Amino acid sequence: MSELNELYQQLILEHNKSPRNFKKLDDATHHAEGFNPLCGDHYDVWVKVEGDKIVDIGFQGSGCAISKSSASMMTTSVKGTTIEQAKQLFEKFHQVVTGKLSVDENIEELGCLGALTGVSEFPARIKCATLAWHAMHSALTDAEETVSTEETKN
Amino acid sequence: MHTHSFWNHPKDISMMETDIKNETSFDVETIRKDFPILHSLMHGKPLVYLDNAATTQKPLAVLNSINTYYREQNANIHRGVHHLSELATFEYEKARGKIKNFLNAAESKEIIFTRGTTDGINLVAHSYGRKNLRAGDEVIISAMEHHSNIVPWQMVCEETGAKLRVIPMTDDGELIIEEFEKMLSPKTKFVSVVYVSNSLGTVNPVKRIIELAHHHGASVLIDGAQAVAHTKVNVRELDCDFFVFSGHKLFGPTGVGALYGKKISLESMHPYQGGGDMIRSVTFEKTTFNDLPYKFEAGTPHISGGIGLGAAIDYLQKIGMDSIGDYEQELLEYGTAVLQSVSGLKLIGTAKDKASVLSFVLENIHPHDIGTILDREGIAIRTGHHCTQPVMQRFGIPATARASLAFYNTKEEIDLLVKGIEKVKGIFG
Repeated sequence: MSELNELYQQLILEHNKSPRNFKKLDDATHHAEGFNPLCGDHYDVWVKVEGDKIVDIGFQGSGCAISKSSASMMTTSVKGTTIEQAKQLFEKFHQVVTGKLSVDENIEELGCLGALTGVSEFPARIKCATLAWHAMHSALTDAEETVSTEETKN
Repeated sequence: MHTHSFWNHPKDISMMETDIKNETSFDVETIRKDFPILHSLMHGKPLVYLDNAATTQKPLAVLNSINTYYREQNANIHRGVHHLSELATFEYEKARGKIKNFLNAAESKEIIFTRGTTDGINLVAHSYGRKNLRAGDEVIISAMEHHSNIVPWQMVCEETGAKLRVIPMTDDGELIIEEFEKMLSPKTKFVSVVYVSNSLGTVNPVKRIIELAHHHGASVLIDGAQAVAHTKVNVRELDCDFFVFSGHKLFGPTGVGALYGKKISLESMHPYQGGGDMIRSVTFEKTTFNDLPYKFEAGTPHISGGIGLGAAIDYLQKIGMDSIGDYEQELLEYGTAVLQSVSGLKLIGTAKDKASVLSFVLENIHPHDIGTILDREGIAIRTGHHCTQPVMQRFGIPATARASLAFYNTKEEIDLLVKGIEKVKGIFG
């Protein structure tokens, strides 16, 4: 059960139950959808950018506890950062959950996202943890595009 | 030409069935010994394999037949004068004969080897559909089709201008036959429906559907992918024009399956693919096609797969499809009762006539999370939309968790599933 406890930490279950920023932004400057055609998980991510700063972010959609809590924690982690910082955080998060970077060395930098690093032990669930992130990345890069987990490398 | 089959040896069968009936009940423990993989550990726990609608496990008889083929019989078929090639051809064609008997087709030439159900449907949609469908014609499928019985018809309809119509279903997951009757008209040219739903378990009244369609002059394909492992199929009694299934859902290898077609239908159709084996003569000016079934079997086929599928059919017939069906119904009834007693659990698919598929959702817990936690308990189920997204849309859910049972499963395994579900609920509080 230890790996399971590692995966379904209290913080994850709590974000799953009460996701933060679970809202549509009517004044968003960027938007994208994230979709996993293999399981049907689906999220919309809206971002409001002023200058190079993310001043607000929201998401809606449905999926498992991992994808929803990751989306929720993503919004709290990148709100107030610059676009560049958000992209860098995604890169780091992605590398840690896919096992390319060590969890221990990066856990502090990841903040609350550290709760999601248990996913690295569950290869089938990495796409869940990164789905909303891909959508945010797509929103900030090529606005108004649907990203599919099957076109990306996790 | 196809010399051996069980039905040619009725004595063998009656002996086997008597043996089994003499047991106090279905001897599942003995049967489990035939499946090596069922004795493996997953995450340190005994494997509880409940994903049989996705693919079934293979008995030793199938594994041994494939091994024997490659060790002792391997050669290309239908072309060599040497002995090995004759031997391989004999074994492959013997397997075709076993499929013919298994489905109770009239002739072996009505059995076309395919890569599986999807391949069989595509063959019919493209070969029969393209030739016979015109703008304004209608093709009818049902609300519970697998994507493989939706997309090929959409493609052909788009190309020909025919219209795709869908038989609706009730909240229990039963097709509304009165609505189907209303849809039928002289415009209806083809009806393609699933025998047993992979995501709901519903057994559809295909005989009635075939009768109604024929009454209006339409041809019918039955997707038997989920049916063949659970029930005896008799294509002549059903009177379907086409019937398709996959080997790997019938305890045989992946990558092989069969299409049954009435001779008159198959003969009227153009080949689906061109190549070796499907021709009689080729010049650069003109090619004449081979006879049935070879006309539809271009290229070197999955020879070991066909032979393995034949071995799977032998194995099943030794146990007896009726015994298998009875035992699975017992499991289904037990599973339905114990799952319904779990608070917060809702079964999706509650038709009166069902095969051993238990699709469910848990309140506030996504099927993926259920699947991951059960996996750590050694329990393999499928979670997701099961390649039936329209079914999920019909029930307003993104996905289900699905336990699908085979005759090697036990009530104890269903108890472990329930225990696992309670653990899931515990974690999610």
